[in-house]
Amino acid sequence: MIDFGFKKAKSSTVNLDEVDMRLYYAVAEIEPDIKRCMECGSCTAACTSGPFNGMSLRQVIHGLQRGTDVRPMISGCMLCGKCSMVCPRGINTRHLLLTISRIYSK
Amino acid sequence: MIYQGKQKIWADYQKEIPDDHWYYVRSCIRQNFFPGSEKMFTKITRDDLGLDMHENAHHTTCGGIAYHCDTIPQETVMTIVARQFALMTEAGYENYCCSCITSFGNYIETLESWHEFPELEARIREHLWKSCKREFNKPKYIAHTSDVIYKHRNEIAEKAKFRLVDKNTGEPLRGVEHIGCHYNKMFPSKGVGGAEYPYVLCGMIESWGGQVIDYPERRHCCGYGFRQYHIKANRGYSFANTHKKFESMEPYHPDFILTNCPGCPYFLDRWQYVTAETEGKTYGRNGCGIPVFTYEELASLVLGYDPWDIGLQMHQVAVEPFLDRIGIEYDPGAKYLGVNKKDLGRPSLPEHMVCF
Amino acid sequence: MKETVVIIGGGIAAIEAARQLLSLGYSPLIVERSNSLGGHVAQWHRLFPDMTPAQDLVRQMISSISQAEICLGTEVASLNRLKDGYSVVLSNGRNVVCRAVLIATGFDLFDARKKEEYGYGIYNQVMTNRDLEQWFNTGNDPRVRNPKSIGFVHCVGSRDLKAGNSQCSKVCCVTAIKQAIEMKERFPAAQIYCFYMDLRLFGKKYEDFYINAQKDFDIHFIRGRVSQVDETIDGGVVVKAEDTLSGKPLKVSLDLLVLMSGMVCNAGSASIAGMIRADVDTDGFLRSKDNVYNIVESNRPGIFFAGACTGTKTVPETISEARSAALSIHNYLKG
Repeated sequence: MIDFGFKKAKSSTVNLDEVDMRLYYAVAEIEPDIKRCMECGSCTAACTSGPFNGMSLRQVIHGLQRGTDVRPMISGCMLCGKCSMVCPRGINTRHLLLTISRIYSK
Repeated sequence: MIYQGKQKIWADYQKEIPDDHWYYVRSCIRQNFFPGSEKMFTKITRDDLGLDMHENAHHTTCGGIAYHCDTIPQETVMTIVARQFALMTEAGYENYCCSCITSFGNYIETLESWHEFPELEARIREHLWKSCKREFNKPKYIAHTSDVIYKHRNEIAEKAKFRLVDKNTGEPLRGVEHIGCHYNKMFPSKGVGGAEYPYVLCGMIESWGGQVIDYPERRHCCGYGFRQYHIKANRGYSFANTHKKFESMEPYHPDFILTNCPGCPYFLDRWQYVTAETEGKTYGRNGCGIPVFTYEELASLVLGYDPWDIGLQMHQVAVEPFLDRIGIEYDPGAKYLGVNKKDLGRPSLPEHMVCF
Repeated sequence: MKETVVIIGGGIAAIEAARQLLSLGYSPLIVERSNSLGGHVAQWHRLFPDMTPAQDLVRQMISSISQAEICLGTEVASLNRLKDGYSVVLSNGRNVVCRAVLIATGFDLFDARKKEEYGYGIYNQVMTNRDLEQWFNTGNDPRVRNPKSIGFVHCVGSRDLKAGNSQCSKVCCVTAIKQAIEMKERFPAAQIYCFYMDLRLFGKKYEDFYINAQKDFDIHFIRGRVSQVDETIDGGVVVKAEDTLSGKPLKVSLDLLVLMSGMVCNAGSASIAGMIRADVDTDGFLRSKDNVYNIVESNRPGIFFAGACTGTKTVPETISEARSAALSIHNYLKG
């Protein structure tokens, strides 16, 4: 093989045909309210830790729907529960995060 | 695929192409990439079709490459364009046809800009006068040279010695077409067939006996992208785009690719070599690549010109298997002989792609 | 002798206005171009938010106007202003003189072929919202073959300046959700995606529909407008959009793509408006006397509007407007 001094650029396209949503559905099984999220971003805007470490519950839920590894993000959660105060869809966000965490640790 | 649906769109995007009396301008890069193509365009249009195709040695670049590399002011590009028009006017022509897709887009964009902003046109006329004491009439009509071949495609089919058909099976050869971005993406109504389902190359393939294959990434850019290729650090984007197209067309097993842009055949051809040499993957039959042709080359082949006279030895992907399937005869020993049988030397062969 | 009021159009606006005019003591004359009453609604299957069967509603409405005179398969050949009213010449040669005319010409569904990038009429597995409703009604469409994945594209021809339509068609968001739920009920194993720019769920119980679609029917909402559709080798389609909430391009293969064609002003409305020099508004629909206070009146005496000829409307809005128009006509005629 020849080294031409450059490599094929990696595509950032999300291919839904290949997305693995098993984790999302495992979470939804325990915490069905996750499906009600409309990605308004209230949780992220209210988040205590997000501005300092990138935690965003909206992006966590979106990431689960797109099959990405959200562990680095949820590790930034301090479980203060502020997000549950603002969620207009009444999602028990604190419980949701614990559920995601628990499933990951299995 | 509902063919009638496409026909309806094609009927909506037919453009008027004049019959004759053309002022012809060349591309900056095509003569280096595929040197036979422009030569064959003038030969076919003059000798086979009997057209008046006037050429002037004083014409220059249109400035398009610099424009798309973001290294030249727009008004300078327009002044270069104005000078080209001045040469056409001085030669007594009104129909302008250019060999380059980016030039075509550049000319159309310039004329549309002048139409919308007449004060800009006045300023460019002043620039031209100050810089070289020339004046110009705007062309009555601007065509890309593929439009000219498209217009005469049936006449070429009548004179053809070969059809795009497998001589053993009688089946039409399967071709994918690739349109240069600046042909119709900027101004869809200026391209035959529009921008979503362009017809200019499909029409040639159909007329010459082949079958057009549609595939999902048909509209995707070849990846040249000017800045993407010219700067080595960006070349991975260029390569990735071409790769994406080949991955998309692979399941359809096309026998050939037909293009109408200077850059596209080059990149679609050469990146197959890079794919083979970096990933060991080839897309054609028996370890070969998929041959990529310009419309002039394909027209020349069906008209029966010698493959080595039209410059097919300059292709990276071997064209011989394609020629064999149609039954076009060639002398393998003459492949690397130039004008007056001068030995051009032999390129070294790639490790992972079958070439001859 | 009861006074005649000519109603141009035969959709739900015309039928409801005729019903009200009958009860107010007039003799409505419905002039409908096609050979049946009920317009677009008669071709629909079920209506949100309570899944009312559309044909039951239309049948019930039509049964209430048995006293009205109805000319089907008839067009207005000319409409001329007289000193005190209008002379309406019908394509069947009949001439009617009346003091008030109600224009209820409705809308045309946007021709989805104009969005060339979506490939309607070119790719086998692309259909419109109307095609799908017809499949719900007839069960007969070769495009619906046990799909494993279905996409709904919102805003096809709506909110699209390039297509010449700036307006939101109002009903498509909730129609997409309704149809997505109906498809999920029929094909529970299918993955269903809605591609939207905003979800405009303004009406009664629309938002509840949305929450149900998410929670109970596992419909996935992707915020991004579909930019390109291509046919795949297995005859399905692959669509591209931006997943704007992650800022990444996205693609997905689908067995069926449903385009939510929007509402554009009925082509016939402009020609009728032209006969009496009624204005067309900047959005291409007919211009009301006032878009806040007086939607059902035109700027011409004795010419009234009801329904989608003045803008995109829901079914309940259209019905309310038809009643309002009947009352305005009554007030106008009694002087």
